[in-house]
Amino acid sequence: MSGIVRFLTRRRGGKGWHWTDIVTWAWLIGGLLVMFGPAVWLVGSSFKSPAALAEFPPTILPYVTQKVTVEGYDKPLDLYEATLEDGSTAVLAEVRRIGVVSQMVDPKDPGEIVKVNIAKRTPVREMSFATDNYTEPFTHFDFVRYLWNSVFVTVTATLITLVVNSMAAFALSKYEFRGRTMAMLLILATLMVPLSVIMVPLYSIVSALGLFNNLWGVILPTVATPTGVFILRQYMLTIPDELVDAARMDKASEWQIYWRIILPLTAPALAVLAIFSVVWRWNDFLWPLIVLSRKELYTLQVGLSIYSGELNVQWHFILAMTVVTMIPVVLVFIFLQRFITTGIAGTGLK
Amino acid sequence: MGHIKLTNVKKSFGAVDVIHDVNLEIEDGEFVVFVGPSGCGKSTLLRMIAGLDRPTSGDLAIDGKVVNTVPAADRGLAMVFQSYALYPHMSVRQNLAFGLENTRMPKDEIAARIAEAARMLEIEAYLDRRPGQLSGGQRQRVAIGRAIVRRPVAFLLDEPLSNLDAELRGSTRAELAALHARLAATMIYVTHDQVEAMTLADRIVVLRAGRIEQVGTPLDLYNRPANRFVAGFIGSPHMNFLEGTVEAAGPGRSVVALAGGQKLELPSTGMAGARVTLGVRPHHITLGRSESSLSAKLTLVEALGAETVLHADLSGQKILVVAPGQHDLAPGESIDLSLAAAPIHLFD
Amino acid sequence: MRTHNSGKSSLGALVMAPIHFLMGILDAPLRWLQRATGIGGMAAFFLMPNMLIFGIFVLLPFFINFAYSMTGGTALFLPDRTFVGAGQYARLFDCRSYLDPGSCAEDTFWTAVKNTAWFVVLQVTLMILVSLVTALILNRDLAARSFWRAVFFFPVLLSPVVVGLIWKWILQRQGLLNFGLYGLGFDPHVWLNDRNWAFAATIGVSIWAHMGFYTLILLAGLQAIPKDLYEAAEMDGTRPARAFWRITLPLLMPNLLVVVVLVLIRAVQIFDEVYVLTGGGPGTSTLYLTQYIYETGFAAQLRNPGLAAAASILMGAVLVVLTLLQLGLGRSEKKGGRK
Ligand SMILES: Nc1ncnc2c1ncn2[C@@H]1O[C@H](COP(=O)(O)OP(=O)(O)OP(=O)(O)O)[C@@H](O)[C@H]1O
Ligand SMILES: [Mg+2]
Repeated sequence: MSGIVRFLTRRRGGKGWHWTDIVTWAWLIGGLLVMFGPAVWLVGSSFKSPAALAEFPPTILPYVTQKVTVEGYDKPLDLYEATLEDGSTAVLAEVRRIGVVSQMVDPKDPGEIVKVNIAKRTPVREMSFATDNYTEPFTHFDFVRYLWNSVFVTVTATLITLVVNSMAAFALSKYEFRGRTMAMLLILATLMVPLSVIMVPLYSIVSALGLFNNLWGVILPTVATPTGVFILRQYMLTIPDELVDAARMDKASEWQIYWRIILPLTAPALAVLAIFSVVWRWNDFLWPLIVLSRKELYTLQVGLSIYSGELNVQWHFILAMTVVTMIPVVLVFIFLQRFITTGIAGTGLK
Repeated sequence: MGHIKLTNVKKSFGAVDVIHDVNLEIEDGEFVVFVGPSGCGKSTLLRMIAGLDRPTSGDLAIDGKVVNTVPAADRGLAMVFQSYALYPHMSVRQNLAFGLENTRMPKDEIAARIAEAARMLEIEAYLDRRPGQLSGGQRQRVAIGRAIVRRPVAFLLDEPLSNLDAELRGSTRAELAALHARLAATMIYVTHDQVEAMTLADRIVVLRAGRIEQVGTPLDLYNRPANRFVAGFIGSPHMNFLEGTVEAAGPGRSVVALAGGQKLELPSTGMAGARVTLGVRPHHITLGRSESSLSAKLTLVEALGAETVLHADLSGQKILVVAPGQHDLAPGESIDLSLAAAPIHLFD
Repeated sequence: MRTHNSGKSSLGALVMAPIHFLMGILDAPLRWLQRATGIGGMAAFFLMPNMLIFGIFVLLPFFINFAYSMTGGTALFLPDRTFVGAGQYARLFDCRSYLDPGSCAEDTFWTAVKNTAWFVVLQVTLMILVSLVTALILNRDLAARSFWRAVFFFPVLLSPVVVGLIWKWILQRQGLLNFGLYGLGFDPHVWLNDRNWAFAATIGVSIWAHMGFYTLILLAGLQAIPKDLYEAAEMDGTRPARAFWRITLPLLMPNLLVVVVLVLIRAVQIFDEVYVLTGGGPGTSTLYLTQYIYETGFAAQLRNPGLAAAASILMGAVLVVLTLLQLGLGRSEKKGGRK
């Protein structure tokens, strides 16, 4: 144990604390709180009941006021710990509240009504996870639809991206033809044309193709990523051309060379692109927002933003749905974090 | 089966002419070796025969049929690459099977062929390994195996031994020769190494800068090089070249004055006054004084045990002598060289 | 060894079986295509799908965007629209004073321009500072460095909508921030209803979300600096601060410049997380260019796609300049930079 502490607080040259050590640790601990804190707070809040969410100051853990069913009353009543006039305290159930006076009964002896000033009572609370926040959107809202739409868009777009980009990268790395440099430059030049610059005409083209309010209208414009072609091509350039020649001597067709020789050997780069594509497509927002105007077609991101923009925000559902939306990305983060960070450091791609 | 003919074949990459007008006929079952300095177009020529590159002009025929437009896959040839080009993601067995599967051959026949080739090349133990798990020599066998299972009309080998160490190269060379004897298939073999060329070839094709300099059996080339380039290229150590002028030319006898002043008598040469280059192989020069011997000053002595390599200065021209046995000589000493018994080649 | 291998490959074979099947089916027609067109034709075949998608969804819109910007009306399809020449641009630039958005015909555009300009200046400066400090700290001899790197990288993968919602939740009246301040004795404040705080929030949140990415690039640059340079400097008695200015910063400069341009390019286009967080409000205090284009083109009561196209072309021009800057910097880095 002390070994761990010593390891974690290892300092410059093992000498005393230098001011830079203090800054370092303050920054790291602060970073830990600022980076993870909000997400943790969100997850914690997502288990609170609507009443608990409206409270200020909020509690850290989800609490609800205990309720009891009392004879003679239809609905369960809230339990309070009340200070009575004689100074003693008792656990009473609130029947109704009139101004600053609360009418209460003893749950065991519900005959007699006791009047207590509301300042003299505190709710009896217990910890409770409002799992309804999660289950209800799945049954009452289109949430399942959104989830399905997002999964469909993400998976389809990623598969098409992998196929289309790797085919282009294959052509650009293993064939000599006139205009090859031209094609490569053209692809790289499209990096300079982000969605925000062409959204108006792109919308008209997608509409003209009949893809407005269609998930394919979300998918198709995103699949020919210049970054994808670029990293795959760079990787394929490291595969010796002699392998292609050898396969040709082995009577392989060009298509076979592509999928039996080049694709398996490009697997590491394909994996990187697949991960990025999944994250990109899962997170896409502006374009789906433009193309999809029918509720049942919304992706998670669009659905969430529309719900959260409503006048009467149902935060308990929004928070829970946000957590669900985070899950795939958090899984990617947990399992592939090292892979991604080295990938970014190596290629500078995002 | 395996008769290959090249007629006026030319190849250029863009504006650069790499192969100029090559004519060559290779008989069925022949072992032909292409040699030449780096960049002279050996690989390009081989790749054109394979069908991996198209000739810019000229005709290429296999067994009498012009195959200029026939793609590599349909020429019935097999190639062994310098880097072996084994598919790294496939096991040895899959590497051998890949080409056969592409011809839709029945599975049991594929298995039989692989078994046969594996036995012949002694690679049975590694059939389930990936190429990355093999040593250089083992990979090289697999590369040859991949060609053998195809039963091609001709084998094309591009410097297949150049990635092996000297000892392994020697033993594999012998195996290749045995393999050729056994398969009796046409083989075209590219190499830098003239020992490989001399030992393996039925005929050697010497290339320089995209042109064929000479075609002939190894001994032909050694004994009767067509020009100075071939003479210098074939034989190790290289032939000595001595510059000189014909002083007197008589019938059957002439005198050449070497640059530096010493004189040499030869059976016959060209016209008097002509500048000539004499070629003489280091092994053919003998040590010892005679009335026609030349004197030279030793600059370096390399004692190899069985023979001694002497580097000497012959009045300003470098000369190399390989003398059998061991000699107690030191740099700076004068030696006498006799060319009386040496075949002397004359080049203009 | 055998069993291990075969177990792995049988699972792989199961996954690959349908792919093999599909690709196998495609092989026959493609062999035929190869016979018909030769190897060169196959190159075109492989390139085709990508080029087609680029052509339809990137190049075509890129070019017709110019045409759009010279037409008026609300019609969607270009042939139905009326030609107005440079009218939309004239409208955008119709101002009595460019310093005062209120004096312009298209005052929201100029508000968006002004907001975006301030956003870019402040966000880029802070982003670089924060990422650089974090990278420097992570580059120290830390225990569990990859853990700390992951901490700062975590928000990068979150979707902008999630980021916006997380912070909207934290900054609202009953949110975590007010809770913290309450603990210190402050009154709760509705941050996102305050013009200045909302603006600050968009900057802070966008930095929170993306700093991990730039930290990573800078960290890679720092780790490429040979350690022996510092050792040599220490031998010479160089103080650490001086070593930072004379060794670290110059050697990091190529990476730093690339990061600056990347941050700039993205800051100019800021939209998603802000749209969810503030929706551009309160009022127009966090209305940025992309949102202006989006709303003018699609969402506003009086849609005006021509005006949106004109504005997007102006933004595109800025981005092209920045991208070329990056390419230029990338090149000079390759030429003159470290090996
Ligand atoms: N694809 C190409 N484009 C342009 N020039 C080429 C190309 N391939 C080969 N060359 C040129 O053609 C010439 C012959 O090349 P080739 O590979 O045939 O030489 P080589 O004799 O095999 O040399 P080595 O012994 O080094 O392998 C070289 O000068 C080379 O630069
Ligand atoms: Mg070669």
